[in-house]
Amino acid sequence: MNLKEIASGMKNNMRFQSILFERIPNYEEIQAAEMPPFFVDLNLDQVVDAVCASRQEYNLKPFFYLPFHNVETIQYRQEVAQDLESDEVLKRIDIFAQKMVIVRRYLGMAGKLDYHYHKAGWFLEAAVIYCEAIRNLGRDLSRAALKSRGLLAFREYLDRYVNAENFQSLEQETAKCKVDQSTIHYAIIIKGNRVGVRKYELESDYSEEVERTFEKFKQGAVKDYKVKNIKGSGFNHVEAQILDCVARLYPEVFSTLDAYCEKHQHFMDETIRIFDREIQFYIAYLEYIRRIKQAGLKFCYPAVSGQTKEIFEVDGFDIALANKLVAEGAPVVCNDFTLKGSERILVISGPNQGGKTTFARMFGQLHYLACLGLPVPGRQAQLFLFDQLFTHFEKEEKIKNLRGKLHDDLVRIHEILNHATPESIIIMNEIFTSTTLKDAVFLSKKIMEQIIALDLLCICVTFIDELSSLSEKTVSMVSTIVPENPALRTFKIVRRPSDGLAYAISIAEKYYLTYSQLKERIQG
Amino acid sequence: MKAYLMFRDQDFDLEHPLPVNEKALVQDLELNTLFNAMARGDRFLMDIAWKAVLSGSDEIETILYRQNILKDCLRFPSVIREIFQIPIEAMENKRQHWMGIFTYYPSGVLSGALELMNMFVGLLRRLKGIADTYSREFESEGFRRFFTMIQKELDDDYFAIVENHLKELKFRDGVLISADLGQGNEGTNYILRRPKNLKWWKDILNRKNPTYFFYISDRDESGARALGKLKDTGINLVANALAQSADHIDNFFKMLQIELAFYVGCLNLHEQLAQWESPICFPSPAPAAERRHAFHGLYDVCLALTMKQKVVGNDVNADHKDVVMITGANQGGKSTFLRSIGLAQLMMQCGMYVPASDFSANLSTGIFTHYKREEDVTMKSGKLDEELSRMSDIADHVTPNSMVLFNESFAATNEREGSEIGRQITNALLERKIKVFFVTHQYELAHSFYERGIGNTIFLRAERKSGGKRTFKLFEAEPLQTSFGEDVYHTVFHR
Repeated sequence: MNLKEIASGMKNNMRFQSILFERIPNYEEIQAAEMPPFFVDLNLDQVVDAVCASRQEYNLKPFFYLPFHNVETIQYRQEVAQDLESDEVLKRIDIFAQKMVIVRRYLGMAGKLDYHYHKAGWFLEAAVIYCEAIRNLGRDLSRAALKSRGLLAFREYLDRYVNAENFQSLEQETAKCKVDQSTIHYAIIIKGNRVGVRKYELESDYSEEVERTFEKFKQGAVKDYKVKNIKGSGFNHVEAQILDCVARLYPEVFSTLDAYCEKHQHFMDETIRIFDREIQFYIAYLEYIRRIKQAGLKFCYPAVSGQTKEIFEVDGFDIALANKLVAEGAPVVCNDFTLKGSERILVISGPNQGGKTTFARMFGQLHYLACLGLPVPGRQAQLFLFDQLFTHFEKEEKIKNLRGKLHDDLVRIHEILNHATPESIIIMNEIFTSTTLKDAVFLSKKIMEQIIALDLLCICVTFIDELSSLSEKTVSMVSTIVPENPALRTFKIVRRPSDGLAYAISIAEKYYLTYSQLKERIQG
Repeated sequence: MKAYLMFRDQDFDLEHPLPVNEKALVQDLELNTLFNAMARGDRFLMDIAWKAVLSGSDEIETILYRQNILKDCLRFPSVIREIFQIPIEAMENKRQHWMGIFTYYPSGVLSGALELMNMFVGLLRRLKGIADTYSREFESEGFRRFFTMIQKELDDDYFAIVENHLKELKFRDGVLISADLGQGNEGTNYILRRPKNLKWWKDILNRKNPTYFFYISDRDESGARALGKLKDTGINLVANALAQSADHIDNFFKMLQIELAFYVGCLNLHEQLAQWESPICFPSPAPAAERRHAFHGLYDVCLALTMKQKVVGNDVNADHKDVVMITGANQGGKSTFLRSIGLAQLMMQCGMYVPASDFSANLSTGIFTHYKREEDVTMKSGKLDEELSRMSDIADHVTPNSMVLFNESFAATNEREGSEIGRQITNALLERKIKVFFVTHQYELAHSFYERGIGNTIFLRAERKSGGKRTFKLFEAEPLQTSFGEDVYHTVFHR
């Protein structure tokens, strides 16, 4: 089925529900979603915080806490996100969203106000903006080149809504109320504590007369003596009394307004309201990655499959770190990985601060973001549709559980291995650092054996070289340094056997302690 | 309303950039002496004199326009000083009575503006009185236009309108404010309206269109405050309009003060020169492309002001000359002469009289001085270095038909080299149509010009009467190999 057929299929069979879910989800479950335990280890908490920072009112975080384990939904979302990569479409929806923010603000305000016609006035303003937002979005989307099932269905829905009786009458009556309002011109007379209100009778503008009288002395620009915001915000009882007098001066206008408010009490459409919230999931994320892209880094829509564990990534990076580095104007190093055939486990070793942990985080982030249906860092990627993701990063010792750190580590690993399935992903970062090397090697091997047996995808950062050649399922990758200056990190992680030598030699060079250097220095 | 006393059709712009070599001009031509004489201790006059003299015009028309106004001033000095007093009084009234607009409430802005306005109106009436009395006596185009404008714009009807406004704006009968309904049915576009009828308040009650009333009770303090703010919102624009109008009148006075200050400075200077019977004349400016310099009795006005007496003047006809090479006796008046040339040029171009019995010269697009300086105390550069660097600055800015005054330049090396530098520089300037006055002791430099016999150079020599007596007069003569330093030696050592 091509996209057109899908779209027409939707038109006939299905009513648009949600831009995030092809099938109606359980919203209660979504709202209840909590941050997954691995978020902090992968720095995804930072990413989601930053993505949602300027959009608190949409409460988007729950959507980021539930990855989708079905390829259909991931594709549904990828299509929508791809449509939104058109600046024009994004801009139009953004304008719509900004208007909806105002609508909600005005409605919220109207709900809290004390005076009848003041309330009615703000209710009317909300409807004005709402009509504008809907009308413009309908027009803009009808011109946009959309391909995604989600947006095509929404456009269809919006089109029907705009042309239906309800919206038409709302729009017309709103416009009429505004026109009526603009015909009102009144005059306030203040003398002492007596206030009179009558219709305005074309008396001349006093300040213009004064200006005209003294115009002849004008030499150039002078100071502005206008006082800003004298009244302050808010509507006081004197203004309310004046408004009541105005209502008496223009009785028809205000009775029309009363009838209008009654009739259109609940003018906002529920499906559109939900769309307005959910589309922000994409917009927020696309906005977040926009700045990173501007620094020259690539994002792609990964192929996601649960059928094969052959995965690869070209020019990937840690999205949280990239966000920080780009803000500082610092360069970001990209890395690749590939698992082919029976390869399942990436064992990362090499010098410290060489980007190993960053690499492990990237691996987890890529998979998680891919399953949210979002574009991921990199030029091209094939990723695995996992069922669960586990991380084991070093934790600080907790006094209260009265166990040693090693014990803790083992308890956590045990827990993970109990729940993991062949479809899971495990990310281990420097396990068993709190024991002797011999113990660590022994324990690690034991754990790795189980992981190998499960045939799941795993990335393991370790200082234990032996782990990289345990079986044909393991692939060794090492962090690299610049040979001439070992203090310089490249942050490149490359597929290479872990010999632990190149690094040691270059450190020796730095201190003039290599064989030849030392021979030179110790002259007989 | 514009005074237009400095230019026929524009204000005198205090921000107009001064020549880049302002500092050198002031120092080399002793301009502070001139400015002080014009200012007589008044800092404002000093500032205007400084700017006017240094930013002279290169349009003959403007120069003659100012000359004619200045002639009127010289005929009626007391009238000029009386007009000049008006803006000064405006300023002093403001200071003494703490007048001005210092508040953040429209009602406060309005009352401050009303007070200022009443004071200004009094002064405007005085200005009008002076115009009525003297308009027929003045002859210059500038003053005739100025007085006519005052009489036309500030006639009795106008004063009546103004005073009526100032009375009504006190709002004894309350205020009438129009408004529209904006967002949320909140009042907006509050505009103060002028009632059509003077007895409008009483009128309200007998009308066919209804007016609905309510009262703010005496105990309702927040209501009274809200009403006050509403009223303030209403008068905001009119208070602004009146305050800005007051500023306009204030600026009108300031402008008048600026336009007159230059002439008052000229009057001040003239009064001092007249004491010592030092002559002045109105010069005849010639177009910049011509080569004119002819005068009688041209003296250094700064020397006269310093000596407080009449000083010796020179007669020279340097018409059609590009270079004036000045040599001769030490302390024979060469520097004084060079300064008098520079001063006269500046004074002519700003529209002043010049210190001479008659004077004509072509205009210069720029006046540059290159004088020998004290040894550089900072030791940053050698003396010739320093001189050449200043010359390079001049070269950055000099344009054709400018004038460069050299005083013993490039003498910081041996005569041969110094002369060669001077010759090359001068030749280059000539090629570029720049007029050069060169005071030098360097025989080789002066002589090389003489040798060439080029008709466009005139040679002046400081006079030395037999027996070493100096007259401080220059006469036309070929350069000599001595500057009569011996004479000076004898004077100093009394031998």
